[in-house]
Amino acid sequence: MSPDILLKIWGATLDTLYMVAAAGLIGSLIGLPIGIFLATSGKGELFPAPMTNRIVGLIVNAARSTPFIILVVAIIPFTRLLTGTSIGTKAAIVPLTIATIPFVARLVEAAIREIDKGLIEAARAMGATPMQIVFKVLLAEARPALTMALTMTAVSLIGYSAMVGAVGGGGLGDLGIRYGYQRFMPDVMLVVVIVLIVLVQLVQSAGDGLARRFDRRSRKN
Amino acid sequence: MSVSAYKTPAPGDAAVVFDGVSKHFAASGKSGGFTALDNVSLSVGRGSITGIIGRSGAGKSTLIRLVNGLEKPTGGKVLVYGVDVGALDEAGLRELRRSVGMIFQHFNLLSSRTVFGNVALPLEIAGMDKHAIEKRVRPLLDLVGLADKHGRYPSELSGGQKQRIGIARALATEPKLLLSDEATSALDPETTQSILELLKRINADLGLTVLLITHEMEVVKAVTSDVAVIDHGRIVERGHTFDVFTHPKHETTRAMLSGLPGSKLPDAVSRALKPQATIGDRAVVRLTFFGAAAERPLISQLIKSVGAEVNIIAGTIDEIGGRPYGSLVVAYGADAETAGRAERFFTENGLVTEVLGYVA
Repeated sequence: MSPDILLKIWGATLDTLYMVAAAGLIGSLIGLPIGIFLATSGKGELFPAPMTNRIVGLIVNAARSTPFIILVVAIIPFTRLLTGTSIGTKAAIVPLTIATIPFVARLVEAAIREIDKGLIEAARAMGATPMQIVFKVLLAEARPALTMALTMTAVSLIGYSAMVGAVGGGGLGDLGIRYGYQRFMPDVMLVVVIVLIVLVQLVQSAGDGLARRFDRRSRKN
Repeated sequence: MSVSAYKTPAPGDAAVVFDGVSKHFAASGKSGGFTALDNVSLSVGRGSITGIIGRSGAGKSTLIRLVNGLEKPTGGKVLVYGVDVGALDEAGLRELRRSVGMIFQHFNLLSSRTVFGNVALPLEIAGMDKHAIEKRVRPLLDLVGLADKHGRYPSELSGGQKQRIGIARALATEPKLLLSDEATSALDPETTQSILELLKRINADLGLTVLLITHEMEVVKAVTSDVAVIDHGRIVERGHTFDVFTHPKHETTRAMLSGLPGSKLPDAVSRALKPQATIGDRAVVRLTFFGAAAERPLISQLIKSVGAEVNIIAGTIDEIGGRPYGSLVVAYGADAETAGRAERFFTENGLVTEVLGYVA
């Protein structure tokens, strides 16, 4: 393999990390509050707004069920509006972020719904405001589950980021398609796949380790 | 000793007053409507330990949640230290809740916080600064005997220790009233006793009013001074614990009391029990005695006056609300002559008796 190709693989890896990091960060920042809202706005819950809850739930479901590759194409005008272009790494961040938001929202909702209702009742009985309950009880107690959720998000994003390669998004997927597939360079394809596997492994173990550290529910020692 | 008439605490002396309180849950979806509480009136004296006992589904959980506004009544009023809970807005409710502590059957401790952090939580919520929190939490951990565990997590503690942390947490904001929601129901008998001892001590030392709900007569017997029995959303009996235990009037109370050790007949006897006597049968009678009667040699006197064989079938000597109390089940000839002599003896000695049935 020529040094030129290796350099390209290195560059593509950085592009992938950049896309995953940017989309993961922005998507999570938006998805987290939406997830909290979904988990706390049902009838008789902390911020009761059942109607809005249902509507937000519908939108989240719609976004979740749109195939990613279609989402990428469908929002091209929006992407162009935000970044001035529809191809390249920067442009790819837009659909990646859009796909991340509902994904994170549902995972956060599930993580929060897992928390024993008794804890919410205890906090209410102490005179906590709904906001205090969210920050001091729900988010604190859900920390291990939230860490797992964000890990899952990052792993999924690595996969999605390879897909945006198909529409000129840059990154490892793009490299694999253009060199490995279109120029018949199976060795490049193999390296790309190996790099992706290693990335996913690293993210997953880091996430698992962090979640274990946060989890005080059943410490063995 | 006669049963002292039960006086309702005057509104000014009451920590909590339930005034004609009803709670109806509206029908939703599959389930129809449901009346949890039906016109309940009850007052809880300041500084008392008052128990509300009932079977599951009797409405006691709903009742205790009305006190700190976790549930709202659909009719009637709840006054806590003179404040109408129903008239408070959210901010007012939060302020009230900071002056009312609550402990729970499943402790409801945060797994992500240490023992110290759990006790500190209500103080953080109240906006107290770190230094003041530190100063408040230490003595509380001492009080519940867990000062050495302050850095541990709830998952590392036993059930009894968890409930002690729950109690310390409930006391953190220095409340005047402590609500206990089946606080010992998830604990073994020995741990239950130690938690009840702690509640008694807190009541005596801090002058804290305790309102507890439970389905266990043992709990009521061990700590409460006053008790109300709730059944199907209604208060069916209430009074000083001693009086209710020694002279239960309502069948629900009797049924719940029959589960206590010493009150239960041996199976062989209860199976053989008949409602009517035939010739040669023996009457099975429960004698209840307290105060001075508990100190007289009753049995030997009974045998002398009855002039026939007297069998002891079951018995217990116990203390309720700090007063000695005995219950004895005896059997003697059911013929008119023997029974008549026995009855005279009981009347002369002021014993409360109940004929349970007859055995061959």
